[in-house]
Amino acid sequence: MHSFTYVRPQSLEEASTFLSEHREQARILAGGTDLLVQIQSSSVTPDYIVDIKHIPELNVLSFDETGGLRIGAAVPCFKIWNHHEIAHLYPGLIDAVQLIGGTQIQGRATLGGNVANASPAADTIPSLIVHGAICDVIGRQGIRSIAVQDICIGPGQNALAPDEFLLRFQIKPPSIGFGAHYLRFIPRNEMDIAVASAGASLVLNPDDQTVQYARIAIGAVAPTPLLVIAAGESLIGQPLTNESIDRAARLAAQAAQPITDIRGTISQRKHLAAVLTRRALVKAQERALQSLKGASH
Amino acid sequence: MSQRIHVQTEINGEAQDFLCDPRESLLDVLRNTMGLTGAKEGCRNGNCGACNVIMDGILVNSCLVLAVEAEGSSITTVEGINTPVGLHLIQQKYMDHAALQCGICTLGLIVATKALLDHNPAPTEHDVRLWLAGNLCRCTGYDKIVRAVLDAAEAMRENV
Ligand SMILES: Cc1cc2nc3c(=O)[nH]c(=O)nc-3n(C[C@H](O)[C@H](O)[C@H](O)COP(=O)(O)OP(=O)(O)OC[C@H]3O[C@@H](n4cnc5c(N)ncnc54)[C@H](O)[C@@H]3O)c2cc1C
Ligand code: FES
Ligand code: FES
Repeated sequence: MHSFTYVRPQSLEEASTFLSEHREQARILAGGTDLLVQIQSSSVTPDYIVDIKHIPELNVLSFDETGGLRIGAAVPCFKIWNHHEIAHLYPGLIDAVQLIGGTQIQGRATLGGNVANASPAADTIPSLIVHGAICDVIGRQGIRSIAVQDICIGPGQNALAPDEFLLRFQIKPPSIGFGAHYLRFIPRNEMDIAVASAGASLVLNPDDQTVQYARIAIGAVAPTPLLVIAAGESLIGQPLTNESIDRAARLAAQAAQPITDIRGTISQRKHLAAVLTRRALVKAQERALQSLKGASH
Repeated sequence: MSQRIHVQTEINGEAQDFLCDPRESLLDVLRNTMGLTGAKEGCRNGNCGACNVIMDGILVNSCLVLAVEAEGSSITTVEGINTPVGLHLIQQKYMDHAALQCGICTLGLIVATKALLDHNPAPTEHDVRLWLAGNLCRCTGYDKIVRAVLDAAEAMRENV
């Protein structure tokens, strides 16, 4: 194994200074569930490993009615799904967080690592996208915000500058009538990488239950997880019917540009993109209706 | 350029420190430096769960934790699960239900079961299967393991 020096910055400032000085030779370590596997197989050979888990700002996990949800980039999935208030308010995010590996992987794996690693099949990315998540990124120049759909630019490639790293994710408080769901297709029950996946979110009008807002994102069917704007927009102002849901699902499948590999073929993945989008919408609708019901009591 | 790092931890309730190379995993150090060979190496890439330990209350694969990352943390290995008077109820129930054959997966499963029951003393069968999805067993077909865990949970609830 390639030998490296381990560093453990205690502050944002210390981490970004170190990263700007060592640029290409350094790799950030969060939960290590991607990075340590990549180092063991020598697919990456960093000289420095920068463990960001001791920086307080990266460990924040909080919700409030005005600011919404904040999840530090280094918070492990296990802590996210065990936060009862957050799990209750954002079940469509928990869908994805609980799919990553098994319990042991969830004990380490972070949202920051899942997003920065930029796998086309990364489970949390479509879910974060349909929740409208914004990621704060920090570098020598300060903090900037990027929408999650703009972070991945190719398989394993993200849009960060070498001195930058992910600080935290922010999601607005759920509005009344909001519902979301994420699901994937794998040949096993657990512990596998998505062949295809889809996330959907909706806000339903309290008066007539037509769609006020909709977002659809698909995974493992393109070089990066995709936000399919046309699929979401096709639903706006419409009631959710079999026809409107089918139309959105077809638009999602049309946007897919899958490849054939060991996990699946192009035609299977196109088919799955439609099926999973439809199912994601149906479950998102169920949750949106629950939210409306909760609000009317 | 072999950097030796001094790491201070608590392992199974006792303060322990060790020197390690930054490349060594927590699993390497537990087995090779500390002589705690209960955690097994099945895959070294996070897929099998044979190396499970509990770190600051959270179940982890020790093959995917660098030993240097254990600085300041409290670790429970399967060796720390035995009670002073002998087997833990979880271990006893694995035996009663014949929930092991070759045993290579068993130590990781015992640790994963302990973490589950600390977290959720009354799991359903579904909870057990989901929680243990990251522990592979080539021998038992899992049903006996699930029965042992549910029985251990019940026995532990009666014990308190
Ligand atoms: C057995 C197993 C099963 C898995 N199952 C799944 C699955 O079902 N679905 C899935 O999506 N993934 C899965 N994974 C992959 C992995 O667990 C996830 O991608 C996880 O979220 C990565 O997070 P991490 O904190 O472990 O990242 P790390 O390994 O620490 O980092 C991953 C990459 O991101 C970079 N990075 C980390 N944090 C930051 C940051 N804050 N800013 C900038 N860059 C950063 C690192 O430098 C590295 O390149 C699995 C992995 C294993 C070993
Ligand atoms: S050896 Fe760690 S998960 Fe297999
Ligand atoms: S008892 Fe042999 S692998 Fe589980």
